[in-house]
Amino acid sequence: MDRVELTEQQKKARRSRSVALAIVLAVLAVLFYVVTIIKVGPGIFNRPM
Amino acid sequence: MAMINEHDALTAPASVAGVEGDAGDFFALLKPRVMSLVVFTALVGMLMAPGEIHPVIGFIAILAIAVGGGASGALNMWYDADIDLMMGRTAKRPIPAGRISAETTLAFGLFLSVFSVATLGLMVNWLSAGLLAFTIFFYAVVYTMWLKRSTPQNIVIGGAAGAFPPIIGWACVTNSISLESIALFAIIFLWTPAHFWALALFKSEDYGRAGVPMLPNVAGERTTKNQIVLYAVLTAISGIVPAVMGFAGLVYGGVAAVFGAAFIWYSLKVWRMPDGDKKMIPAKKMFAYSLLYLFVIFTALLVDALAPKLMGLVA
Repeated sequence: MDRVELTEQQKKARRSRSVALAIVLAVLAVLFYVVTIIKVGPGIFNRPM
Repeated sequence: MAMINEHDALTAPASVAGVEGDAGDFFALLKPRVMSLVVFTALVGMLMAPGEIHPVIGFIAILAIAVGGGASGALNMWYDADIDLMMGRTAKRPIPAGRISAETTLAFGLFLSVFSVATLGLMVNWLSAGLLAFTIFFYAVVYTMWLKRSTPQNIVIGGAAGAFPPIIGWACVTNSISLESIALFAIIFLWTPAHFWALALFKSEDYGRAGVPMLPNVAGERTTKNQIVLYAVLTAISGIVPAVMGFAGLVYGGVAAVFGAAFIWYSLKVWRMPDGDKKMIPAKKMFAYSLLYLFVIFTALLVDALAPKLMGLVA
């Protein structure tokens, strides 16, 4: 069974895309967390169940 | 025959174009230079608007506007890949160069469009989100798909897309559209034709080869030069309007008058350039100056808006 082998350049490009995506996701997670606190306020954890 | 399992399907065989794009290529799809103008003018609109916005919310608003602007750039590159290939200025873009596929670019552009508009709506307000959505639609559909290939007035009407960011920035703070933000819109809207036609003059062969009906190719150099002078005068007048309306100070008005006069002077140099001139030096100078003009005008507006606040902090 033949499998597609990526060239070195393609592997390098994929790594670059993966790292960029990881950074973007991490930044978004932090931003959404901070905005939630700002929008809802410190009382976010103090809600009736 | 090569077997590709589900995961590998994301990374197509080497023989298929469009798999070698790295993060930098995806960033290039966002047209970073246009994006910097979008960010800057939106920021000025935001900081000039009466009212307050939390700095983090303001940062996210600018980020969403930047990503929305970038998304429209990616959609433009997806649709225009065929003509980009024919022009020296654009042939090295990721799609014509074969580093990213057209399908990937379309998906990237659509995803970022929806994501940026939703983010702006949920975190700032829905008026600014609606304006951002309209801007993306206007640039990607009205300008790129319709006007660009059908009329020499393409960049006159299409210029509205590039002029919206200060209105969006203003709306992020006030949740409204006002005469002041429309005045900021008018500066960029009226500046765009003189800026692009100066480029179209010395790139007319490129545009001709790609079949894009830019004004010099359709109506000739003389008409284009007349129009450049007309729009330079209108731009210079619109530049001083913020001072006349009273939402920018006299110092700003002075700066706008001087730089506006220089804009007209550069346009007259283009106007005096003989038809058929090969080097087109005045047109190249006009193009370079037009970028400086817009940067100076919006910087002056920014300084004018921030100076009283900063002086208040010092005092």
